[in-house]
Amino acid sequence: MEPISGVPAVLAMLGKIVGIFTAVMIVVAYTTYAERRVSAWIQDRHGPNRVGPFGLLQPIADGIKNILKEETMPATANRFWFVLGPMLSIIPALVAIAVVPFAAPLPTPWGVVDMVVADVPIGVLWVLAIGSLGIYGIVISGWASNNKYAFLGALRASAQMVSYEVALGLALIATLMLAGNVTLTEMVWQQQQLDWWYAFPLSLAFILFVISAFAETNRLPFDMPEAESELVTGYHTEYSAMKFSMFFIAEYAHMMTASALMATLFLGGWDIPFATWDDAYYWQGQYISGFDEAGAPIAASLAAWKSLATYAVFSLKTAFFLFLYIWVRWTLPRFRYDQVMTLGWKVMLPVSLAYVMVVASTILVLDYLEIPYGFVFGLVLTVVSGLCTLGFLFFLDRDRVIAGAAVPHRLDRPVRMPDTRVPGPAIRGD
Amino acid sequence: MGVQVKVIQRPEPGRTSYLRAALKGMALTFRHMVNPTKVTQQYPEEQTDLSPRWRGTHVMETHADGRPKCVACGLCPTVCPANCIRLVGGEDDNGNRYPIVYEIDEFRCIFCGMCQEVCPVEAIHVGQHFENAEYSRDRFVYDLDRLMEQDHPSTLLWDPSDPRSE
Repeated sequence: MEPISGVPAVLAMLGKIVGIFTAVMIVVAYTTYAERRVSAWIQDRHGPNRVGPFGLLQPIADGIKNILKEETMPATANRFWFVLGPMLSIIPALVAIAVVPFAAPLPTPWGVVDMVVADVPIGVLWVLAIGSLGIYGIVISGWASNNKYAFLGALRASAQMVSYEVALGLALIATLMLAGNVTLTEMVWQQQQLDWWYAFPLSLAFILFVISAFAETNRLPFDMPEAESELVTGYHTEYSAMKFSMFFIAEYAHMMTASALMATLFLGGWDIPFATWDDAYYWQGQYISGFDEAGAPIAASLAAWKSLATYAVFSLKTAFFLFLYIWVRWTLPRFRYDQVMTLGWKVMLPVSLAYVMVVASTILVLDYLEIPYGFVFGLVLTVVSGLCTLGFLFFLDRDRVIAGAAVPHRLDRPVRMPDTRVPGPAIRGD
Repeated sequence: MGVQVKVIQRPEPGRTSYLRAALKGMALTFRHMVNPTKVTQQYPEEQTDLSPRWRGTHVMETHADGRPKCVACGLCPTVCPANCIRLVGGEDDNGNRYPIVYEIDEFRCIFCGMCQEVCPVEAIHVGQHFENAEYSRDRFVYDLDRLMEQDHPSTLLWDPSDPRSE
């Protein structure tokens, strides 16, 4: 079967764009609903259950409310940038999802449609580039608000995003080295070929990536930019109605993009575990599902139900990460700002750098030993990475990194508290 | 009894754990999430059990023939600390005193229940009721007819199971 071309291809592309945009907006709306329900359950409450069955129409009611509410504009705000901020925030969040493949290729009478909006050759780099643009919306809106809390939130956001982008990128390098490509479609294919999802052979990169993704999306425990208890609500303090709603949508769209990306990079994307019948990849002019013993390609049998099944699996994986976001948010307290920076620069950066070295040398040794890219290859990497992960967790778990303000850093060094007692007047008779 | 102070020993730094503590917290929140026992009261469907001593919206007790029990003695507006009762008394042909105007401003009322305590004929009561939302402010001044229409139970100023407050 041939890939789709001509006018049907344009129509298919338009369909995919509209479909994905709608899907993202719906998922965002229902993630806010899920957030409220899950947080309620965690706190032994019920959560919103009034609007429609089980409160399922709550996001729609919220949307109507946000559109009808009054738009406030602070008198001292910079009008142009104040209005531009929310837009700059929401657009990158929606655009970044375009390169994530969400199902196996779909056969149609006019040709095979790739289930990805834009299979650009720079895949991962596109996500990184667009994802970092999201910070402009936050910084610009924080600055244009002319409010010290908003400004502090924006400053924190920029510092935090820069810090964790480094660890994020370095964690990605490990996956790129293993896949040998930056296209997300190909990364899914390589995970199918390796028989291991990258979460196992690159377990430490997975952990680092998840932590960095939490920080990049400004979610608890890293929600420094909108720390309610310190900064009112940070960069969107001055925003109301639909402008505030746009920040909200942007945050959840970022979450969804990050979840989809984590699912694609580390959990095999739309790959169905323990099955090879779903594997499909466009290789040298034909769709193949793998190579036989002699290295000859095996043609893939594409079907609509296979696309649907892989789409369901991809949704499940993404939903898992979205749930993880919510679960972590309602469990862990917020870090102190210096702890966030310490974790970012003194832990994540050196660890990810060292890990890139470890993975690179392991792959080099495996290539030198001419072990084929497959199960054994993945097994060796899994063992090496597992050891690295255990070491990392051991190191992180011994409170060498994150300590309360009053806890002395080392046992062997007694803490000397400054003697602040004021010497009182001498008591008569002393 | 003095203030009790609980001294919490900080764990030694070498023995504290962030990750294990975080995972324990995650397990705890997950247990709470799947636990079907919730504390929320689904209010309009599930009504609150009010205490027999709950002091809410007033009730004017009536005789069997529909006349208010009030004899317009003037004790309740006198004792009312919020000054929310307006009473104009009258006298009928038989020499019985009755209220011509009896109004209670539920906004000013502090629901202390002293009108009920002081009433010599057990006419005015505070009641076991609290849902008195209205669309306009003037609806909160309850006149005599409205006070007599209230059909919720009136307050016992003591708990029947514990009449001496022991």
